[in-house]
Amino acid sequence: MVADRPVLAVRGLSRIHGPACPSCRDLTGDAAGTNVCPRCGSVVAVADVAFDLWPGEILGIMGESGSGKSSVIRLIHLDDQVTAGSAVFREHDGTEHELATTGEETARRLRDTRFGMVHQNPHLGLNYLVSAGGNIAERLLCSGERSFQAIRDRALGLLTRTEIPPGRIDHQPRQFSGGMQQRLQIARALAPRPELLLLDEVTTGLDLSVQARILDLILEIQRELGVAMLVVTHDLGVVRLLAGRTLVMRHGRVVESGLTDQILEDPQHPYTQQLVMSAL
Amino acid sequence: MSQATTRAANPAADRFGFLDDFAVREIRRGLLKALAIPGYQVPYASREMPVARGFGTGGMQITLAIALPGDVLKVIDQGADDSVNAVALRRFITAACPELATTTSTAEATLIQTRHRTPERPLTARQLMVYQVPYPDPLQIVEPSEAKRRRMHAYGDYARLWVKLYEDVVRWHEVALSNRYPARVHGRYVIDPSPIPRWDLPKLHRSRAMHLFGAGREKKLYAVPPFTDVVPLAFDDVPFQVERFCDAAGRRHRCQTCGTDDTYLDEIPLPDGTRRWLCNDQDRCAERMSHGR
Repeated sequence: MVADRPVLAVRGLSRIHGPACPSCRDLTGDAAGTNVCPRCGSVVAVADVAFDLWPGEILGIMGESGSGKSSVIRLIHLDDQVTAGSAVFREHDGTEHELATTGEETARRLRDTRFGMVHQNPHLGLNYLVSAGGNIAERLLCSGERSFQAIRDRALGLLTRTEIPPGRIDHQPRQFSGGMQQRLQIARALAPRPELLLLDEVTTGLDLSVQARILDLILEIQRELGVAMLVVTHDLGVVRLLAGRTLVMRHGRVVESGLTDQILEDPQHPYTQQLVMSAL
Repeated sequence: MSQATTRAANPAADRFGFLDDFAVREIRRGLLKALAIPGYQVPYASREMPVARGFGTGGMQITLAIALPGDVLKVIDQGADDSVNAVALRRFITAACPELATTTSTAEATLIQTRHRTPERPLTARQLMVYQVPYPDPLQIVEPSEAKRRRMHAYGDYARLWVKLYEDVVRWHEVALSNRYPARVHGRYVIDPSPIPRWDLPKLHRSRAMHLFGAGREKKLYAVPPFTDVVPLAFDDVPFQVERFCDAAGRRHRCQTCGTDDTYLDEIPLPDGTRRWLCNDQDRCAERMSHGR
């Protein structure tokens, strides 16, 4: 895939919960060893995060719990308000959106048609009151599809693609196993052919063989559809398999970034070193 | 506000309409806003009425706020003019508005308060329809929080309502809503047209009459102005259907009183196990009878 512009260009992205004083940034972060400002008590969830995501690329975001990796995804998915910085999303047709200042109307359109989000817990991403097909239909209906047959065909196609037996299209998600629910979530996220897929700890809590199949699926989707992905995980194996490049976050800051192989083979930051060591 | 002025000048007219002037003014303003934004639910301070909320107080308040001396009132309860509910409401309204004439004829009425039916006879531009609404929000079946529903309306986010239709088509091969069928007004807001049967919904589309909806318990007013598009939500390839009233062989039942086959019918089980089919709209049936079919 030839591309001269990134799908997503993030610069100085910050999210501070609380009153925020001028010294918040200086008194928190990796060096300070905390993300709570000792002066005003604000939580600096994300500060000065910068990266580019290119078309068709999978970028990993790794870090311990509370490091701000999911907060980054929430900011990109417009589920949370950016405090400072910029994140420019570029659509296929070249239209650019500044996600930090976008209005609710645009935010809804982007979430409905351009973004796909897969949560760690399928209960956050699926509607358990409607069938599996209904969950996929909801995304298609959001993006304006009004033909019942077209919705049906697309839902069947997506279920097949995500290895869910098409015969189970009218079953409720709660009748599915955990791995199937996760795959249904992926099918739902893919329904409107998104340009950016956000995966938040998608394999956490699943057994190893199910994990492997979901990771395979994600790689196949990337190859077939060329969709750009942000993969948030605390699992080294996941970034090793999926991501070409990786950011390592701690206390709301990016402490290390680069090619995944390089980071895993030759970690520079003490935290990354510890992480890689403990995995081996 | 000519009525309000008349009242001030003429203390004898004080009692006209039961409601105080402030209530009348508020409801009229609400209705003007509702007409200006077709299908939008305007909140208002529903007044205490001498019947419990949920017994048609929304419709009553609209009728009392817009009725003028000289109006001809018809009150329908599910097509009937003589049911307890219709009689009691009519009696109360005429007691509160002494110069109001009443009728059971749709053709003669200028003001029609109704519960769950739109008359079969085509309405005219000088007629006002007032609906008693139990649940004003079509999104209520998919979202319990009113705050969220208001945002969904604001952003035209009706996807979850569509999902309900999808689920129905999957399960029943058609939409399983016999009444309160959601419809998009003027290409924007989706309304709950009160529990009128599907049969009545097409009558709202580009109707010559003005349709006013009042939900007393839920404290909402909304309206379909004359000549406004009212389009039922339906998939492109699963068209909206009205009730068919056919027997097993596919023949349309006829009203056993007037013999017509183009009205909404009531199915009445008889003690011997058979069924009778009768017009639900009494006035229409009587009109057909008097014209010798």
